[in-house]
Amino acid sequence: MTVQLLSANHAAALAATLAGRANRTGRGFCSGVYPITPSTECAEYLCLQEIEKGRVVRVESEHSAMGVCIGASASGARAFTVTASNGLAYMAENCIVAASLRLPIVLVVANRTIGPPWNLWTDHGDALLLRDAGIIQLFCADNQEVFDSVLAAFRLAEDAAVMMPVMVCMDGFILSHASAPTEIPSQEQVDRFLPPAVVPHRLGQGSHTLGQIEVPHQTEVHRLQHHAAMLGVPERYAAVQEAFAAVFGRRMPDALDTYRTEDADALVVSMGTIGATAERAVDILRARGQRVGAVRVRMFRPLPAEALRRVFAGRWRIAVIDRDVSLGFGGVLWGEVRALADTGAVVQNYLAGLGGGDVRPEHIIGMLDDLLPRREAGVPELVEAG
Amino acid sequence: MNEPLLGGMAQTALDRPGPLLRRGNTNCGGCGMSNLLQMLGHAAADRSLQLMVPASCAAVCGGIFPFSTFDAPTLMTTFAAGSSFASGAATVARLNGEDTRVVCLAGDGGTYDIGIGSLSAAAERNEDVLYLCYDNEIYGNTGGQRSSATPSGAVASNLPRGKAEPKKDVLAIMAAHHVPYAASLSLAHADDTIRKLRYALDLSGFRFLVVLSPCPTGWKSEPALGMELVRLAVRSGLYPVLEIFDGKRTVINIEPDFSDEALDMYLSLQRRFQRSGVNAAALRPELDRLWQDLRARSGRIVPARRGV
Repeated sequence: MTVQLLSANHAAALAATLAGRANRTGRGFCSGVYPITPSTECAEYLCLQEIEKGRVVRVESEHSAMGVCIGASASGARAFTVTASNGLAYMAENCIVAASLRLPIVLVVANRTIGPPWNLWTDHGDALLLRDAGIIQLFCADNQEVFDSVLAAFRLAEDAAVMMPVMVCMDGFILSHASAPTEIPSQEQVDRFLPPAVVPHRLGQGSHTLGQIEVPHQTEVHRLQHHAAMLGVPERYAAVQEAFAAVFGRRMPDALDTYRTEDADALVVSMGTIGATAERAVDILRARGQRVGAVRVRMFRPLPAEALRRVFAGRWRIAVIDRDVSLGFGGVLWGEVRALADTGAVVQNYLAGLGGGDVRPEHIIGMLDDLLPRREAGVPELVEAG
Repeated sequence: MNEPLLGGMAQTALDRPGPLLRRGNTNCGGCGMSNLLQMLGHAAADRSLQLMVPASCAAVCGGIFPFSTFDAPTLMTTFAAGSSFASGAATVARLNGEDTRVVCLAGDGGTYDIGIGSLSAAAERNEDVLYLCYDNEIYGNTGGQRSSATPSGAVASNLPRGKAEPKKDVLAIMAAHHVPYAASLSLAHADDTIRKLRYALDLSGFRFLVVLSPCPTGWKSEPALGMELVRLAVRSGLYPVLEIFDGKRTVINIEPDFSDEALDMYLSLQRRFQRSGVNAAALRPELDRLWQDLRARSGRIVPARRGV
């Protein structure tokens, strides 16, 4: 174990490199990559690594980047790619195919506003486009978490009971371009954590077709199998956490990351780096004697609904911060979690940091000041964080 | 080897135990892609194949889960990304020291139109992929809409008056990528086609093959006349049968006789050309220019029609 000063882009690429090398005794590693800000440096870093029994293919589009990953994964290799924003939108068709073919591909997304307006800064709207595609989605709050999540994503994706792509999300620039000391395990440790990938339905020698026509009742069965596998992910994730701790000697955050919630009267729920900022806001408010806590939804798909229900039980004031907006509805996270609160609880949505606005502790304190006197929730509120 | 008995299609000891395209498939009678797959299966013999099939009639032909029409591992790809899926599969085969030939089997829509970006990129990267385009000159699977492979004068289901623009020269485009091998195949000349398929199967790097593939349903022609139509297209010079090595050396494999009679016969046997009234006299000047250019590129100045 060494500590290196790395941006999250480089940390993600280093994790993919170690995972790729770990499959040298399996069917190897293959990655299709295409540049887009703010994920470019991840792909660049990967292209500079020597990976035994591995190849990085510099393709002509994000659509093809995922296409290469699908071809490789369907041939039994470990596969990885990275993108952001409109690149993810362009890749979307093949992301859905990767999911429906149940291929354990790991995709890192440096979250960025989808344009127009052309905007390079972070927004979760890109990843949330693929909410319903059958892809596991993890949102990270710091660089170490990005590194750990990429390694864990391979183990989770390749779990025989899971067998589907995992998307690891990091806020563009805030994480992708910020350097932080990151604990890097040895190759030997990664080899122990990631045994050779096995894709049981990979193309072999016999006649076998992947992705063919199905009639309605077959489609129904396959969709429900995928859905059931998704619902089983929180349990498999807990097993991955244990294996992670056993090999690397540190704990990876839970699917639902809670902070000072035990005796809290009010909660603030968010995803990504806003979750880390919310912890600072909670500390400030606690110092003033207000009993508030923070909840970070790290795993957005599948949504850890039971864990959310448990943490929401008995809380009457819940602020949900969305760095996204489903136009004509409100925050996507709010839409997902509001039904999990107790009947009569005030679950108020705040849209903050859209298009990359800098959400600081004072913004979150402002939201709680607005929330606490409320008797009922209103329409989603826009919080301008310029 | 018993060739060229039966036009190169004679059985040999190395042949596959069963056909690559199995019985019970859903292809229309007289489909050129069916003929092509029989020839590919024969040419491949005991070589190991993997098929990558973008959306097309071939993807439908592949069969309904859990049955497989093709006697080879097959991955159905997205419409635009056949070459990318194939690049990934071929990469992993090479990384593992396997000699599997990854064959991308695509229609003209997946090749000339929506797939040309990923095709061009895979060719430029010289991926170890054999790309096989069966060109029926329309979007046959969706009911016969125009593609950029549709020839001028042909009607399509979304083009009732016939196409004004000429067909895209995809072979020239692919040859301009300097791929190791690019060729056009005639289903009516089985020995030449089998030879090219074998050559392409055993070559490494990107190989591009395009095949004029009769579609009785879309061409509005008699299913039994498919081979005859291809023969007429080759004979008249409408469909040049050639191969291009490394984008440099061009070899014309079958010499046409440039018969206007053959060309008029080709056009009149398909109802798709009826409406526009296109005929040999209208097409000949452009064909003459095309062949002049081909002669110059092949370095064999033997014009069949002197004075052109």
